[in-house]
Amino acid sequence: MYKIAVVGDKDSIYGFASLGLGIFPCDDEDSASKTIKELAKNGYGVIYVTEELFELLGDEVEHFRNMPLPAIIPIPGVKGNTGIGMRNVSVSVEKAVGSDIIS
Amino acid sequence: MNVNPTRMELTNLKRKLVTARRGHKLLKDKRDELMRRFLDMVRENKELRREVEQAILEANKHISVARSVMSGEALDVSLMMPKQELSLDVTSRNVMSVNIPVFDVQMRSANESDAYSYGFGFTSGDLDEAVENLSEVFKKMVRLAEIEKSCQMMSAEIEKTRRRVNALEHVLIPQYMDTIKYITMKLDENERSTTTRLMKVKDMMMKQQIELQKKQDNLKNA
Repeated sequence: MYKIAVVGDKDSIYGFASLGLGIFPCDDEDSASKTIKELAKNGYGVIYVTEELFELLGDEVEHFRNMPLPAIIPIPGVKGNTGIGMRNVSVSVEKAVGSDIIS
Repeated sequence: MNVNPTRMELTNLKRKLVTARRGHKLLKDKRDELMRRFLDMVRENKELRREVEQAILEANKHISVARSVMSGEALDVSLMMPKQELSLDVTSRNVMSVNIPVFDVQMRSANESDAYSYGFGFTSGDLDEAVENLSEVFKKMVRLAEIEKSCQMMSAEIEKTRRRVNALEHVLIPQYMDTIKYITMKLDENERSTTTRLMKVKDMMMKQQIELQKKQDNLKNA
C-alpha cells in the first residue's frame, strides 16, 4: 500500500491536500532533496514536485529515474511552468530514438 | 581474434556465430517492438502532460485568487484537514521484459463532495473551483505518473538493447566471421602444403625406383 506526496512551495501544493495527498512544503533545494529521499524510503509511490523545484534538484531526481519506484513527476506551480516536464519527456525520446522525433 | 587455427576451434567458432546471429535477430526484434510501444506511450504522455499542466495552472489561478480574497490562515485551515484519504496500489506489468508500474488509486470514500474539506460559509468560491479542478484532473495525474515512469524505464531499456544489437552486429559477428575465414584459409593452406609435399616425395621415390631399375638393366645387359 503506497501513498502519494506533493512537494513544492506552500502556495502551489496546498490545494492537493483536499484530495488526500501528502503535503510537504519545501522552498529550497536542500530541504526538498532531503524530503524526497525521506519520502522515497517511507512508502510513497508517486511524488509530484513543482517544476521550479524539480529544476533545482536535477541530479537528485536523476537517480530515481531508473528505479521502478518512486515516480517523481514535475507539475506546474503557482508561478507558472518552466517547461521542464515536457523537456523531460523529450529527453526520454532522445535517449530511446537518438533524436526528438515527436515534438 | 587470437586463436589456434585448428579444426576444433573452427567448429566452436561456427557454433558461436550461429548463436550470435540468433541473439542478434532476437534482440533486434525486441528493440523494434519496444520502440513501437514506446512511441505510442510517449505520444500519450505528451498529450496527458499538456492536459494536466493546463488543468493545474487553472486550479492554481483560482487558488491565487482565493488567497487574495481570504486571509492566508483561513485558507490554510480550510485545506489542512482533508476528509478524503487515498491509498495507492502498485502492481507491475511486464512489457518486453521491462517491468513497468501500474498505479491504482483507492479513495476512502467515493463521494465526490468529500474533496471539500471545509464548510462553504466562510470560504471564497474560487477555492471551490480550484478544488474541483484538481479533483477532476487527479485521475489523469495518476495516469501521467504511471505512463511517464514507464516511458523513462522503457527508454533506458531501448538504449541498452540498441547497444547490444549494435555490438553484436558491428563487432562480435564480423569478428567471428573474420576468424572463421582466417582458420579456414590456414587449414586449406596446410592441406595444400601437405599435398605438394606428398607429390614431391612421390616424385623422389619414383626417381629412385627408375634409377634402380636402370642400374639393374645395365647389369643384365653387360
